Amino acid sequence: MEDKNEYHAIVIGASAGGLYAMTRILQPLPAAFPLPIMVVQHRAKDERNLLEEVLQQKCKVRIKQADEKEAIENGVVYFAPPDYHLLIENDRTFSLSFDAPVNFSRPSIDVLFETAADVFEERLLGIILTGANNDGAAGIRKISMRGGVTIAQSPETADYADMPKAAINTGYVRHIMTPDEISRYLLALIKK
Amino acid sequence: MIANEEYRQFLESVRFVYGYDFTEYAEASVIRRIRSFMETNRIGGLKELGRLVMKDEAAFEHFIQEITVNVTEMFRDPQFYKSLRKNVVNRLATYPFIKVWIAGCSTGEEVYSMAILLREEGLLERTVIYATDINQDALQKAKDGLSTISNMKNYTENYIKAGGKNSFSDYYKAKYNSVLWDKSLRQNIVFSVHNLAMDKSFNEFQLILCRNVLIYFNQSLQNKVIDLFYESLCPFGFLGLGNKESLLFADKQKCFEEIDKKEKIFMKIK
Repeated sequence: MEDKNEYHAIVIGASAGGLYAMTRILQPLPAAFPLPIMVVQHRAKDERNLLEEVLQQKCKVRIKQADEKEAIENGVVYFAPPDYHLLIENDRTFSLSFDAPVNFSRPSIDVLFETAADVFEERLLGIILTGANNDGAAGIRKISMRGGVTIAQSPETADYADMPKAAINTGYVRHIMTPDEISRYLLALIKK
Repeated sequence: MIANEEYRQFLESVRFVYGYDFTEYAEASVIRRIRSFMETNRIGGLKELGRLVMKDEAAFEHFIQEITVNVTEMFRDPQFYKSLRKNVVNRLATYPFIKVWIAGCSTGEEVYSMAILLREEGLLERTVIYATDINQDALQKAKDGLSTISNMKNYTENYIKAGGKNSFSDYYKAKYNSVLWDKSLRQNIVFSVHNLAMDKSFNEFQLILCRNVLIYFNQSLQNKVIDLFYESLCPFGFLGLGNKESLLFADKQKCFEEIDKKEKIFMKIK
């Protein structure tokens, strides 16, 4: 199925096992990737910057932790900070919140996905990766209902299959792909 | 976007009717809280919510208490408290009488953390802590000084990491599942309602803590609130913000010196 959407942004949600899948997906991207990518990776609350540092060593595209009120730019992969929800505002800046955990998670994938869907609507691509819970399923549903496109990592390639399965079970996932296929899908967006 | 426009109109009418101003809050967060309030209370949409809260003051009170409550914990970000001990306490000790303002104290965990820290540093007896919040229910909880036993493991770990000098259990009494903070901690604490978006400065302080509150405001309101803190600090007074907050968007940025960049502790220098 050919997706006709002209994306303005990509959101990714990952939990347990996410670092490996994320590396497979982000490593092939060029430094001048034409879209912003916002990621919630569940992480320990007292871990400050390690995830970003580890990934940056492997990737050409710029990786950073999202700052409060920061303006979203193309070609940057933004990670939600540990212990804060990451939200997207209408003027395409970030907000952080310390509201109660959602799905036992802070940051929560649903919070990012739902606010991103409000702002980018059909110009949003949402990707759900490996994880041992069901965070992100409600977000996937919302992205799809707003006209965006949704991808889940194929459960058999996921270290923990619960999260992609929960998303797929909502009935709102359009593509099921391996990490390498997801990466190729993203690279194909450059040529569009 | 149409959906957000409806929220804006709703917040405008709340401001007009009740004088609570949320129009300069970070929109995505407010909308999320309003939506979750509607879900919990089975309210079909914004129009219905509007009809409900505009004519029924009790319903509005309930609404306001639900959407303004902030989450907090004892010694959250232990390194912050460690830094207070190292960089701020000895300066505070030079004052004969110390005033501390904890703005947006919510259910009071930060207030009790600060009281414990000041007691261990020998300063609590000559300190008054002003603990304020917009949310009356949260303030009442803060005054009651109650917590639950299931939190204690996490709080104890935080306390130790924050450089605690005693045993954390010295500071509370447990009964069944409840925990009551040591009453003597409360002697020098004044709790009162204060709305950062609308109310003025009410005293002069040596230390102001306002942590994880500014993140809920837009840049313009953040700037106003920093101005308010600036006015409320004595010369060389200290300001402590949340881990992800900064003075980046504040006109008064240059009037502060960074005391601890990582832990977001600033000193008013001019």
